[in-house]
Amino acid sequence: MSTADSQSTDVPVTETDSPSARKGIGHWLGLAALFLGALVFLFPFYYMVVGSLQAKPDTSLRGAFPTSGFTLDNYSQINDRVDLARSLVNSGIFTGGVILGTVVFGILAGYALARLHFRGRDALFAMMLLVLIVPFQLLIIPIYVMIVRTYGLADSYLGIILPFAINSTAVFVFRQFFLQLPEELFDAARLDGASEVRILWSVALPLVKPALLTAILLTFIGPWNEFLWPFLVTKDTGLQPLAVTLANYISNVAGRATNPQGAILAGAVVLAAPAVALFVAFQRHFTASNLGSGVKG
Amino acid sequence: MTTSNTVEDSPPKARRPRLATLLGRQPLGIVFAAPYAVFLVAIFAYPLGLAVWISFHDYFFAAPGAQVDRPFVGFDNYISVLSDAAVRRSFVNVAKFLVINVPLTVVLSLVLATLLDNAVRARGFLRVSYYIPYVTSSVALVAVWLFLFGMAGLVNQLLGPLAPDPSWLVNGGLAMPVIALFVTWKQLGFSILLYLAALQNVPKELHEAASVDGASRFGSFMNVTVPGVRPATVLVVILATITGANLFTEPYLLTNGGGPDGASTSPVFVMYQKGIEQGTPDVAAAIGVILVIAVLIISFINKRLLESD
Repeated sequence: MSTADSQSTDVPVTETDSPSARKGIGHWLGLAALFLGALVFLFPFYYMVVGSLQAKPDTSLRGAFPTSGFTLDNYSQINDRVDLARSLVNSGIFTGGVILGTVVFGILAGYALARLHFRGRDALFAMMLLVLIVPFQLLIIPIYVMIVRTYGLADSYLGIILPFAINSTAVFVFRQFFLQLPEELFDAARLDGASEVRILWSVALPLVKPALLTAILLTFIGPWNEFLWPFLVTKDTGLQPLAVTLANYISNVAGRATNPQGAILAGAVVLAAPAVALFVAFQRHFTASNLGSGVKG
Repeated sequence: MTTSNTVEDSPPKARRPRLATLLGRQPLGIVFAAPYAVFLVAIFAYPLGLAVWISFHDYFFAAPGAQVDRPFVGFDNYISVLSDAAVRRSFVNVAKFLVINVPLTVVLSLVLATLLDNAVRARGFLRVSYYIPYVTSSVALVAVWLFLFGMAGLVNQLLGPLAPDPSWLVNGGLAMPVIALFVTWKQLGFSILLYLAALQNVPKELHEAASVDGASRFGSFMNVTVPGVRPATVLVVILATITGANLFTEPYLLTNGGGPDGASTSPVFVMYQKGIEQGTPDVAAAIGVILVIAVLIISFINKRLLESD
């Protein structure tokens, strides 16, 4: 994580002519406000981790900064109630399926929308924008009717993955990136007799690798964190992703554990950790310019 | 959003011009886009049509393959939706949510993005801090808030005698504001990201001109920054509206099923109750159709209002 890097991809800060360069009292006040805000934003994460390591819940202010009594018991507690490994595997299959579908079909669609002239392109683009505005949740009833009642895909990985199989935001990002490549590149490749498949694979794709990473990261957080759909479509706990098993634990059986607060927080840490770790590792790619400059129009 | 296709029109290269007029210059594009097009039809267009169809019929769940009669009932489902106090309450709840969430999101994210834009030190750390709730699962975050805002939770411990009674999540007047606060915190990072990008398009010379003219920092913020990032504001407001229309996990888990006494239900939560739990998918589909129309109308009005003046 380097600040210099994030600047070069995000904002070219010109220190000499920006008002902040004068380093007045306002500048320091602003910085103080930023750090205070960051503290408020991070505190629940800190509280999650600390609470998950405490033998007894202590909700007092001093309890938030313990010096002793650390234990991993809560993790084995939650693992007794919820099969953590199984749930994590299910979350992984759900997320992996969505990423695979998005990368394969999303890139093809993004490339076609940006670079190829074909009948129906504008209609497809309009429909994609509509999907970005109308949330999936509002169509939950007909999709439930289709997938569970008509096709009998309840309690199956296919049923969980299908409504999310291609992430439209990622398609939009792919399209924006392919659009930014210079047209001469494509003209030259076509003059050389390269096929469209070859142009996509050997010319365009290598140039948009950073965008790929961003789009995959963006696609990851969708299914990994999704609760409503897998909750509706699975009754078999052996197939439920961690977000669902943990939520069920919170709403049903928390009363039976000896330290429900610790156990729930331990589960929350396990659920949050992969997404947070991936994000921190790749955070410098996570800038709006990498997300396809969608707001620059 | 940029919707224009900036691909230059180069001279046609297709060897079969008649086919080209029928399928476009690069018909291979149809093959490339076909899986995604099929996906959108199957998972978006068809369900949208099905939702409308279900909402105009007496629809109920039947065993797969069973032939059942589902008579057309006109606007009956819509009438029963609109005359249902629980549904109306969920819409009022979302309105409360939006009244708190939208202004808070716009003001906080614009101010924080402006400060971040000027900060040179620790930018990486600060950005990560603000983005992290956005990438984390609602279920995991709700778990922490349950304990922070619980009866004997840290927030009440800090407030001591000032703690609300009944406590936050079981207080009819406070449950929805807590949810709005939770969602603002969780989603703020994405709005900051959008504003940071938009701020790069505000010419630095404008700020200099303002400061030469003797404008204060605040004056330059109000007269240069705020109008300069208007397109981002449109997007932030639309996204916040969509998030509001989508609420489910928070009322389901944080306030234990839209409690207390329905004070924090959301339309999607009511859809779940009516459609899946109570077996009246026709009524639930009608709620969905109303929501889709509402989201489209509100997005359109927002765009018009914020872009016109």
